[in-house]
Amino acid sequence: MIGIDGNPEQKIPWSVTIKSDSTTFAFSFPSIPFISKISVQTFMLTFTDKGIYCAQGDFYIDPWQPVNKAVITHAHSDHARAGCENYLCHRDTVPLLQLRLGNNNYQSVEWGESILMNGVKVSLHPAGHIIGSSQIRVEYNGDVWVVSGDYKTENDGISGAIEIVKCNVFITESTFGLPIYNWKSQQEIFTDIQNWIIKNKREGKNSVLIGYSLGKAQRLLPCVKAVSENVFVHGAIWNVHETLINAGFKLPSVKRVTPDMSKEAFKEAVIIAPPSADGSPWLKRFSNYEIGVCSGWMQVRGNYRRRNADAGFALSDHADWKGLLQVTKETGAHKVFATHGFQSVFSRYLNEIGIEAAEVKTEFGEEEAQAVEEEKIKIE
Amino acid sequence: MEEVITGSENLLNAPLSDGSGFRLFAELVVVLGTSTKTNDKLDALNDYFSNAEDKDKVWVIAIFSGRRPRRAVSRSELQQWCVELTGLPEWIFAECYHTVGDLAETIALLLPAKNISEKSFPLHYFLEQLIAIEKQDESIRKKFILDAWANMNRNERFVFNKLITGGFRIGVSQKMMVNALAKTVSLNASVIAHRISGNWDPLMISFSELLSESGTNIDHSKPYPFYLAYALDDELETLGLPEEWIAEWKWDGIRGEMIKRDGQLFVWSRGEELMTDKFPEYHPLQNILDDGLVLDGEIITLAKSLSDKIDFMPLPFAALQTRIGRKNITKKQLSEAPVGFIAYDLLEYEGEDYREYPMEQRRETLEKIVASINQPVLRISPVIEFNSWDELKTIRSKSRDIGSEGIMLKRKNSIYQVGRKRGDWWKWKIDPLVIDAVMIYAQKGSGRRSNLYTDYTFAVKDGDKLVTFTKAYSGLTDKEFAEVDNFVKRNSLEKFGPVRTVKPELVFEIAFEGIAASTRHKSGVALRFPRINRWRKDKKPDEINTLEDLKGMLEAYGK
Repeated sequence: MIGIDGNPEQKIPWSVTIKSDSTTFAFSFPSIPFISKISVQTFMLTFTDKGIYCAQGDFYIDPWQPVNKAVITHAHSDHARAGCENYLCHRDTVPLLQLRLGNNNYQSVEWGESILMNGVKVSLHPAGHIIGSSQIRVEYNGDVWVVSGDYKTENDGISGAIEIVKCNVFITESTFGLPIYNWKSQQEIFTDIQNWIIKNKREGKNSVLIGYSLGKAQRLLPCVKAVSENVFVHGAIWNVHETLINAGFKLPSVKRVTPDMSKEAFKEAVIIAPPSADGSPWLKRFSNYEIGVCSGWMQVRGNYRRRNADAGFALSDHADWKGLLQVTKETGAHKVFATHGFQSVFSRYLNEIGIEAAEVKTEFGEEEAQAVEEEKIKIE
Repeated sequence: MEEVITGSENLLNAPLSDGSGFRLFAELVVVLGTSTKTNDKLDALNDYFSNAEDKDKVWVIAIFSGRRPRRAVSRSELQQWCVELTGLPEWIFAECYHTVGDLAETIALLLPAKNISEKSFPLHYFLEQLIAIEKQDESIRKKFILDAWANMNRNERFVFNKLITGGFRIGVSQKMMVNALAKTVSLNASVIAHRISGNWDPLMISFSELLSESGTNIDHSKPYPFYLAYALDDELETLGLPEEWIAEWKWDGIRGEMIKRDGQLFVWSRGEELMTDKFPEYHPLQNILDDGLVLDGEIITLAKSLSDKIDFMPLPFAALQTRIGRKNITKKQLSEAPVGFIAYDLLEYEGEDYREYPMEQRRETLEKIVASINQPVLRISPVIEFNSWDELKTIRSKSRDIGSEGIMLKRKNSIYQVGRKRGDWWKWKIDPLVIDAVMIYAQKGSGRRSNLYTDYTFAVKDGDKLVTFTKAYSGLTDKEFAEVDNFVKRNSLEKFGPVRTVKPELVFEIAFEGIAASTRHKSGVALRFPRINRWRKDKKPDEINTLEDLKGMLEAYGK
């Protein structure tokens, strides 16, 4: 088992901060002497400038630059980038990658099915984030690491319920790693959204819901279909919708918004659109309408006031604070790396409650930067 | 981890609930705070005034016109009790607060969810209780707050906390509230504005008394609503003939209304704060002015004039600041920053409302009154003589030399209107002072800028060092703020609590209205109204201004 990638060119400019007891020290992975200071003797996975890397198995997890072998947690574009020679992902992720990255060498697995790569056993397990989203379990010589990807704890009915995977080391996302992020149940939020749609209909207005085209848009469908037959989607969402239908998913029927549609086509309708449509002239055809943004960021008033949304619904595909804590604890990991979000807060808190943790600085070197990027990248 | 909240927590979306008390008020605040359309806000206010009980309506008028009760519980107490209830470490609370940008909201988001009852106390109950417990022991105040939280949903908690912490900037102006009220009770908005102004106590007055012409107690202190000018954005020539206009200097003081009625003197600020006691200089006027007199003017500090045209000159605004915000004024302050009243309009004379008379006539009477009073503390605002717009432009360019910030233009035949109106009054300020500086610290903003780095500290060069001299929060577009925010997140050097030290790279032009010496700032200067004028993407950090440049400005304009 190798902790450090042998090729110095691939060494990473970023460092990892380990906070243990009251001492805080930073080291970069190539500094071998420091490694003994933490309880993990060796690093089965390392953090490189291309992404998380397993040297023994010679593969990357969610690399953001082209590599030979890429294991993909889910099909969002900040996790699945183009240009790799080989992709390994869950069966349900394949059609989505095909849609977004075109034809490539895809290999699919079922949840729980194992693949061996140079002695490293790799398996995927449900993460509950979006359709096909998976945690990646990596095992070698009895040591088990899990890369969470993005996950949520509530079963949304379409993404699969998260499975807790026992491990020694857990690399977790922390997008909403602050206790102000404590979600209401999906049912409660759906009721809020439905009441809002009904109110808009009563006032003769259309309801425009903004949500990511992959994940949020599909999750919203049963909610809006229960109060409106008249559901339209933006072209980007339509493409995902068609792809999933062709892959055998049963989704409620929707209509695609096309340029030839007259204003009259939209009467007390619900329109689902991606964030890129927010504030664009594309929305004009739906006037008179109210706009509601569906995102965990809507938990804080300032965020939707800033976006000039009429309503904000804190419907997230990520775990909230309690969810992050629950999953992290239940994995039984004795070492946690937090990434993607409020990693410094989350890792500091884990250390205080007795779980050894470190933050992995992202590509951008700043905690919230990732969240900003995520919002931007998912716009298409 | 499921939150159990009964009823309709996202009140934006819910039909009106049981229509009672505090819940109704909290719903109103949510709509006002999130609605992007003025008409929706007016409708919400109108609905509220049609449905709420009278005692609550009186409090809503009080709150939205800046008459919040004194703070019964401190911000740190609220924070501490929230930390105790949640069991979170204090540093996490601090992180949350910096991300949310609002204490009331942070606490509302963190408090554990509870099964709440359907009953909702009236708004006036909470406000009366807050007044009643103000002087009580911590244990009593704590019990009241915790009990209140226990029976509220997240949104009600937010609004309740906001009532305590203040800063009720929720997207509704007093004007909008007045307009909605006018619609509900079918009265003219200007009549309402007048009736709800002045001295009244929401504990003592009923809704009908507040809005009726002959309240049981005649309030002699009641001011008239101010007439406010818009900034002139067109060419002067668009105003028509110069001889139709009066030009006066614009002073950077506090807009004030001086009232003498029933043997008493009252001085109001534009913020509807009664400031009589803060200015002992005015007190002799109580025995000199006739009853039934109301003057509109500027409260400014007076110093010896350097000009032969005007016999007074104001000190920088910083001097006036030493006089406000303090309960007791020392002799030293009185001698260092003596205050005068520069009268420029007459609103009431011999008990008669003068606002409908033309400006020219009001002014003529005002000049006679001020002359006959003949007190150094009460001056007439000098009229600027000019024969052409071009001449006025030349005169304006010298404003700063006499301590003025520009020119006011008032149409000679204009009546005195209510609120900010276009057409008859214009302010024509001089261009601000500007300096190029580099951003070196950033902090997250609040309100609609929460979780965005929008509050910046700027520095100028001092040899090979950088010296901070001001903060600025405004002046960029949302798009530019997002761009700077992104830069901050990628270029932070250090983190001190909420403050990031940023790589000194982005250059901005900072505009300000005045400059004064300051011992509190490292640079030795304090700026008046600093804001970002523009982002100088064309400039490199080594091209910014120096501390010497700032000191030169202080020498020229700050003494």
